[in-house]
Amino acid sequence: MAGTSIMETLFQRDLDDLIKGIRQQQIKESLFISKAIEEIRREIKSTDLPTKSAALRKLSYLSSLHGADMSFAAFHAVEVMSSPQFFYKKIGYHAVTQSFNDDTPVILLITNQLRKDLNSSNQFEVSLALECLSRIGNVDLARDLTPEVFTLLSSSKVFIKKKAIAVVLRVFEKYPDAVRVCFKRLVENLESSEPVILSAVVGVFCELCLKDPRSYLPLAPEFYKILVDSKNNWLLIKVLKIFAKLATLEPRLAKRVVEPICEFMRRTEAKSLLFECIRTVLSSLSEYESAVKLAVVKVREFLVDDDPNLKYLGLQALSIIAPKHLWAVLENKDFVIKSLSDGDYNIKLESLRLLMSMVSESNVAEISRVLINYALKSDPEFCNQILGSILSTCCRNLYEVIVDFDWYASLLGEMVRIPHCQKGEEIEHQIIDIAMRVKDVRPALVHVCRNLLIDPALLGNPFLHRILSAAAWVSGEYVEFSRNPFELMEALLQPRTNLLLPSIRAVYVQSVFKVLIFCVHSYLLHKENISSVNTDNLASEVPESVFARMSCENSDLATSEAPASSEQHDSFNPRNINQSFGDLSIENGGDATVSNSQASTSASLGRNSFTQESIVNLFNIVELALGPLSRSHDVEIQERARNVLGFTDLIKQEILNPVVQGEENLARAETEASRVVKLMCDAFSEELGPVSTSAQDRVPVPDGLLLKENLADLETICGDIQLPLSSSFSLSSTPLGEAVDISRTNLQSKDETEPSHESTSLLAEHRKRHGLYYLASEKSEVASNDYPPANDPMSQDKLNDDAEDLLKLTEQSLAPKKKPNQAKPRPVVLKLDGDEISVAAKKPELKDDLLSGVVQDVLLGNDGVPSSSRSNRSENLSGKSKGKEKLNTDLSLETKENVPGEKMPDHVNTSSRRSKHRSHGKERRQKGQGKDGEEKEDNGQKKKRKSNHHRGKHKAHQRADEPSNVVAQTPVIPDFLL
Amino acid sequence: MIKSVMVMNTQGKPRLAKFYDFQPVEKQQELIRSVFGVLCGRADNVSNFVEADSIFGPGTRLVYKHFATLYFVFIFDSSENELAMLDLIQVFVETLDKCFKNLHTILDEIIFGGQVLETSSIEVIKAVEEISKLESASNAIALVSKSVSGWRSR
Repeated sequence: MAGTSIMETLFQRDLDDLIKGIRQQQIKESLFISKAIEEIRREIKSTDLPTKSAALRKLSYLSSLHGADMSFAAFHAVEVMSSPQFFYKKIGYHAVTQSFNDDTPVILLITNQLRKDLNSSNQFEVSLALECLSRIGNVDLARDLTPEVFTLLSSSKVFIKKKAIAVVLRVFEKYPDAVRVCFKRLVENLESSEPVILSAVVGVFCELCLKDPRSYLPLAPEFYKILVDSKNNWLLIKVLKIFAKLATLEPRLAKRVVEPICEFMRRTEAKSLLFECIRTVLSSLSEYESAVKLAVVKVREFLVDDDPNLKYLGLQALSIIAPKHLWAVLENKDFVIKSLSDGDYNIKLESLRLLMSMVSESNVAEISRVLINYALKSDPEFCNQILGSILSTCCRNLYEVIVDFDWYASLLGEMVRIPHCQKGEEIEHQIIDIAMRVKDVRPALVHVCRNLLIDPALLGNPFLHRILSAAAWVSGEYVEFSRNPFELMEALLQPRTNLLLPSIRAVYVQSVFKVLIFCVHSYLLHKENISSVNTDNLASEVPESVFARMSCENSDLATSEAPASSEQHDSFNPRNINQSFGDLSIENGGDATVSNSQASTSASLGRNSFTQESIVNLFNIVELALGPLSRSHDVEIQERARNVLGFTDLIKQEILNPVVQGEENLARAETEASRVVKLMCDAFSEELGPVSTSAQDRVPVPDGLLLKENLADLETICGDIQLPLSSSFSLSSTPLGEAVDISRTNLQSKDETEPSHESTSLLAEHRKRHGLYYLASEKSEVASNDYPPANDPMSQDKLNDDAEDLLKLTEQSLAPKKKPNQAKPRPVVLKLDGDEISVAAKKPELKDDLLSGVVQDVLLGNDGVPSSSRSNRSENLSGKSKGKEKLNTDLSLETKENVPGEKMPDHVNTSSRRSKHRSHGKERRQKGQGKDGEEKEDNGQKKKRKSNHHRGKHKAHQRADEPSNVVAQTPVIPDFLL
Repeated sequence: MIKSVMVMNTQGKPRLAKFYDFQPVEKQQELIRSVFGVLCGRADNVSNFVEADSIFGPGTRLVYKHFATLYFVFIFDSSENELAMLDLIQVFVETLDKCFKNLHTILDEIIFGGQVLETSSIEVIKAVEEISKLESASNAIALVSKSVSGWRSR
């Protein structure tokens, strides 16, 4: 046995051999390591400690630097760490510290070993145990070892004491009740004369303060003393960090520290301290103008320094102050712009951020111009960084800084043409977003989109495809603003579109459909106009000049009537759909009834004349290009292409071949054709607006709507839904059920009946793909009245009534809160209530909260009585203390103070309730506690509050208003500080 | 709080990696790789700070120094001063220069559970020397006693 162990020891590779082996790389590293681990797995089972520990040491090394798993060795590590010999113990501790965590099962086994070593007379063994506790300490370890840590806090050895102080941070974090035991000793060390100790304790308080500064306000005098007395830069930096937090809570404290900090700024040689002073002033003392001015002067020194580190930090300091004192940034504007071309990426990035912080309505165009020029010259990464920040700055708060949207549309177009541009998704989003929200920008936007679509080169860049998709959609949706729909059609159908993804191509096809309808409709309108001029004569050929003249007239007419017609359009909205249903069913039944005059006409007409020739040409192009697509493998493309082709088949003959047919037939055919076209056109001119993500939730599910019914019963369900509808329209002569049947059996007519659905389905599809206005899928189950779903056009009136979603009423839409003095009126930007990004109230973790509660208890003189262990917190506590409360009449004041909190809105409520628990818990404590409290007061270092009653009141304040109320907090600060 | 300390060579091979918040080993390797990915792209005459938000989460910063073939990297949060951390790297490197014994022991004397406890390289060396003395003493005793007992049992 012993012989083998010697053999093992002699021939075992130690860590040095292992490292050499790895670095020589005679065989592949991963292979070498897996072999070594095999070896280790064997060696680590050895009963011989040296062999075992050497194996463990190698394993620790491989785990730390090569990611080897060492969980299998957990128990061996515990064995090695319990060796009495320091050499092995250290190896064991190292392995444990490095690899253990809360999930390690054997972590419970080390408690006793840690306790033993914490009590060791050898300071280095104590140090090992402390280090271990500070890294892997969990709730149990922290709780069980609190007494040992408490003892070590008063160790006479500096080497131990500083580590004991540092470990307190972990212990507090894991087991807040340790505060009751250790806090006083920790605070006492704030007056230590030993710089290392002071540094350690201030370090701990700095960490604690960052998490919850309010609890440590009472310690301000101690920190202030250090700030004034200390000469140690390291210490001063930490104290400054503490004051940066405290000063924002307590204005009087800020007033007190501002002068010493300015003094440091003037005097100190150390850049680190200087920078910390600057940062403190700029972030927390920005109301003190002279201090800020001094800080900005110092920042300037940093900026002009040759050291890139200082330059970078200088820029960072500027971005801290930018929101409050923009002048500081503007003063250094030249430098900031110069830094954009710095060789250091960090500096470039920082100056870009600063530049964006300067953006306002007046200079957004100028800054964007400068930046776009930089982007053109930059490397791809920075270029996209620039584009990204322009985009995000401009769209902030619903395009707050943008006044001239036409300019912005062209800027977006310009960005697309920057060679490195990879911001497809964001630009796509914004193009659609502003098109929907800002009515006035549409003509300009359509023009920009046309330029993008028409450029075959852009189709070659996959990063831009999503933008093209947006452009295609905008062009189709707002085709009435297009200067030349024919050209647009050609662009949409150009051969290179086969480079697009199917999903995007489907959008293209849909846009083709819209453009086609628009053109045909316009053509028919001209004709109608002609025919109304020459009443008797249904001219098949009209001189072109007449057309031109008419179109001019017509567009004038249209523009003058536009507002009126669009209003009308709104009010007719729900009925429109019904009518189209009715009309279609009539048509399918072959029953020619005069169609009700539709309210809407297209808003304006193109300037081009729609001649028969051009329309024929259009049909030909469409058929030629979409023909192959009707056999596409992608269902979306195929279906949409077939829709378009079906439509052309239906319409083309009737409109364009008048010669074949007799005059009467012609007349009828044209009426029918034009009715179909008009119908489609109405469907497409239905305006799509942005929809709030929460819109769906607000719409109650209609009574008859069975959302969870089996789809096999679709027919019955359809009947159910349509029953109420049929009563609302009077025109239909055939029952609706029949219409549905027909449309189902007849593909052709399905194409026709579909349009109203189709436009919504397009929107839905868009939403799905772009995820922008995607409606929240969960529907509320509340069914009270029969409002249709949110994106059903029928509901829009009602939505508007509710002032919920201003989908279409630009005239009435709320003007965004904006300053009035504006040279050029800013176009209306539609706003949804869902747009406000709700800043989620930051909920402090329960643990922190507990910690701060305990700390406050202790600081306010309630320490000494250990209470709520973790297993017995909040709920239990409150339950128990309810009874105690009645006994304790003294403290009725405190309870009263808490009562109003219960009535506050939810988020406040929870915190106050939590704090109530705490104060209840305290009531109980306080009874048996007066002695301790008095003792504290005799020490008298900070609190001048004499009477119990008084103190209780302060506490109540503090608790009830924990989140924000500074005024109530103030009494905590002793007067002599202020 | 210091989150992590790394030493790696200019090929990206780690020489020391310490994480003060527990990280699974796979994650550690990933972090080391991403840090190297950031560092290797940086020229020599640029600033020593890197924003590490994307690697270590919001608010974290990274300071590094390049000596010969090694990168020394400290990752920390807002409770540390950037320039002070740069100085601390200097302290660490100086200490290593004076006694290149056990990287871990030295580092543990400077940084304890993520908090900086010692900034004087003299003090660090003093402690490290004592620890290694203790180590070799106990190791020697162990070896002797073991070989003696081994010999006896033979």
